[in-house]
Amino acid sequence: MTDTTTDTVPAVTYKVRKARHPILGFVLQQPLGAMGLLVIIIMMLCGLFAEVVAPYDPLQIDYMAILQAPSADHWMGTDDFGRDILSRVIYGARTALAVGFIASLAGCSIGAIIGMVSAYFGGWVDTIIQRLMDVLLSFPIIVLALAIVAILGKNVVGGIDINLIIAIGLPIIPKVARVIRSSALAIRELPYIDAARAAGFSHKRIVMRHILPNVTAPFLIMLTAYVAQAILLEASLSFLGLGVTEPTPAWGLMLSGSAAQYYQEAPWMIIFPGIAISLAVFAFNLFGDALRDWLDPKVRM
Amino acid sequence: MPTLVEARAHPAFREASKGREAPLLSVQDLHLHFVTSRGVVRAVEGISYEVHPGEMVAIVGESGCGKSVSALSIMRLLPKLTARIVSGKIMFNGRNLLDLSDSEMRSVRGKDISMIFQEPMTSLNPVLKIGFQLTEALYMHQQISKTAARERALELLKMVGIPDPERRLDQYPHQFSGGMRQRVMIAIGLACNPKLIIADEPTTALDVTIQAQILKLMKDLSRDLGIAMIVITHNLGIVARYADRVNVMYAAKMVEQADAESIFSTPRHPYTIGLLRSVPRLDRPREGKLATIEGLPPNLLSPPSGCRFADRCKAAIDTCRASDPQLRPMDEGQLVRCFRAEEIAERGPEAFGLAPPHGEARSAKTIDRSKPLLKLDRLETFFDVSSGFSLFGSEKSIVKAVNDVSLDIYQGETLGLVGESGCGKTTVGRTILQLEKATGGTIRYREKDLAQLSSDEMKKVRRDIQVIFQDPFSSLNPRMTIGQIIAEPMLVYKLQPNRKAARERVSDLLTTVGLYPYMADRYPHELSGGQRQRVGIARALALEPSFIVCDEPVSALDVSIQAQVINLLEELQERLGLTYLFIAHDLAVVRHISDRVAVMYLGRMMELADRDELYDNPLHPYTKALLDAVPVPDARLERERDHRILGGEVPSPLRPPQGCVFSTRCPLASKECRQEVPPLREIRPNHYAACIKL
Repeated sequence: MTDTTTDTVPAVTYKVRKARHPILGFVLQQPLGAMGLLVIIIMMLCGLFAEVVAPYDPLQIDYMAILQAPSADHWMGTDDFGRDILSRVIYGARTALAVGFIASLAGCSIGAIIGMVSAYFGGWVDTIIQRLMDVLLSFPIIVLALAIVAILGKNVVGGIDINLIIAIGLPIIPKVARVIRSSALAIRELPYIDAARAAGFSHKRIVMRHILPNVTAPFLIMLTAYVAQAILLEASLSFLGLGVTEPTPAWGLMLSGSAAQYYQEAPWMIIFPGIAISLAVFAFNLFGDALRDWLDPKVRM
Repeated sequence: MPTLVEARAHPAFREASKGREAPLLSVQDLHLHFVTSRGVVRAVEGISYEVHPGEMVAIVGESGCGKSVSALSIMRLLPKLTARIVSGKIMFNGRNLLDLSDSEMRSVRGKDISMIFQEPMTSLNPVLKIGFQLTEALYMHQQISKTAARERALELLKMVGIPDPERRLDQYPHQFSGGMRQRVMIAIGLACNPKLIIADEPTTALDVTIQAQILKLMKDLSRDLGIAMIVITHNLGIVARYADRVNVMYAAKMVEQADAESIFSTPRHPYTIGLLRSVPRLDRPREGKLATIEGLPPNLLSPPSGCRFADRCKAAIDTCRASDPQLRPMDEGQLVRCFRAEEIAERGPEAFGLAPPHGEARSAKTIDRSKPLLKLDRLETFFDVSSGFSLFGSEKSIVKAVNDVSLDIYQGETLGLVGESGCGKTTVGRTILQLEKATGGTIRYREKDLAQLSSDEMKKVRRDIQVIFQDPFSSLNPRMTIGQIIAEPMLVYKLQPNRKAARERVSDLLTTVGLYPYMADRYPHELSGGQRQRVGIARALALEPSFIVCDEPVSALDVSIQAQVINLLEELQERLGLTYLFIAHDLAVVRHISDRVAVMYLGRMMELADRDELYDNPLHPYTKALLDAVPVPDARLERERDHRILGGEVPSPLRPPQGCVFSTRCPLASKECRQEVPPLREIRPNHYAACIKL
């Protein structure tokens, strides 16, 4: 009873599938994912046009307005230097998305390619790659990131520290490579890969055209999960003075800095950056899940 | 027209059930629906049947016809969220199983009724010992001490014919072969002395010789212990010998019910006739073309209003499409759901075109035997399966998957390659395709040694040699549309100048393999198994090859679909002058399609001859045993036939027997056989066999 797709052969019973605008199709079929996408887009716009959107300068210290509760003037209140939290959250989106998203995307993509190559070629290629990944995995994330930042120093391009992205992205690579390798190992044994090999396709074509689309599900799940982790890791590095440093507005830094001393009398100092991180993570997860389903021809029906 | 109640009172029907006590199980007018997001699937509509103690009842039909779910509903193992039993009764031992509470039902399962599943490889838990899995049911249903349970487990393993049961009890499932696992499953089913065993495709995943062993075992157990059996299968042939009654289902409805003999000798429903005729038979002369049942079963979401089979039925008339026939009795006591059953009985199925008269077999093709297209010379493919680093002196384990195989394949012919699973037939195909590396010997294609080709030349050869795989479900990339799958090789090899030209060619190819051009935009999961296999064929044809390795191309398909695909392959060969290496385990199919046949066992060639010569005068004892194990879909013939069942199983290829590899199972084997590997000798003109006893 494995075969349930018992369409009748005569042409009349098939409807011609209408070509629909891909974005409209996504919105209609994955409303939750579309909401996630909307949140991500809003955050990206905030980050890009922070100068326009933010009501105050995030760096401007105002000793007249220290630790003020949310009010009409300061919607999210102010911190211990009297800086406007809303403005800092809006500027913080820039750092969060740039560092979190780029680091996660780069780390996951490189990890996925390494994992697929490792699984596809097998043998000594696999052994060498996997032992290298073991070496990377054996360092605690923080230590590895510390080492990279310490060695490479700062390299700021367009307000974003490239080396920070490398430091956060690198520890993601071996984890993703492991997971993708195990998925790809199962796919490598399937007859359609044999069929591609029998047709004499190049290795590159087989990996990119036949294996890659079939590992998108684990890839997207990890990508969205690591965006969140990258944002948090960036915060940890900031706390150690290696990531984004004060006074640059960053969500993680806002949580970990002086907020710890004041959270009882001024809870808004941690609540709003916390909400921003959760919302970003949640949005990425919703969008990732929806994208996974939408890319799967079986679910898309 | 008599009603069903009258029908059961009919003298002929009473005759059939004479001398029997009350039925053990009686399914009465069962209706079962699945509520899905796409609508209600009426999976079972009003089926009724009875099972008497000690009887073997078969339920036969294509995949998706509702035969398995009707059996699962007896066990109440249906998915709770979607399945609804709308009406009907399942009376077992005087109780309606559908009225029992869940806990009462649990005490029936495993104790009174047990079930054997299709896939012996996955229906045992891999991390639990066999002994534990055997005794688990005993602890659940009986107050039994540990030693008594072990005693019983030993007894059960002996009963199902597992050698060395003491040791076997403490082993894990992976240490058992497929056939042995199915025996363990049967032993688990027997553990609590059930009154009824439901077997869902119990032998579909097994080799013919093992299939014969398992079926005989089940029949013996049922006779000796008085256990009733329900066997669910898509292959009528396998139940011919052992079933007492046969129920044929089609599209959720029962279409014919009768005792086994009448089903096989005088089938009355066009569908039953079709099922019987679409299987090639070893006991009949070869036919020109296999009879097929064209088309596919209807979608049960919106079944047609008239007879469900009308669209595929050659005997359909207007009445069939207008109204739904009822199940009604024939004079012989059969129940048939067809308006024209009497006419078919009177004039014979041939008059309706249901079973075309046996066409002339294709006359032997004229094949130029001077130059082989492909020449295997002492081919060896060994796999090193030793684990870990051999650095530390661990022993090398080598599987000799293909050992010293020499073969010539000539342009335009079909060479059938048969043998049980694990005999190396698939590896031969994969080595020719260069998916595995040959470790010894040579493969010459058009007189060129494949091992010495430059990569450019190799590309040309790859284009020329294509493959069709067994499993139509996993041989197509699920993320690509049918059009992309077929067009890809053409674009890679630049056979078509642009995408538009490629699209046209895809349409052509789809039409060639009997599909519709609009299917190019569909994804593989939207097609049925048979349609997917046609896509696989179209993909192979895309590169305009001259040689195709067909690796079990029809063994995953339903019998009616199987015949369609075989006819298609033959037609393509004729039209395009293709050469096939046809790898299969079904000897009847191989006889139908092949010009010459090679038999393999444990990596070695056992026998090689022209098709008619091989089937008329099989020489090697292994070939004879294989031929004996093939069931014939005719109850009377099958019961009269001398049935020697080959005992034992294929030994592990890691430790093949000394001398002749078949000597451990061979009825003729003697001491000399174990000393030397017998060479392939020409025993009759053009008939080679590897046996010293000939």
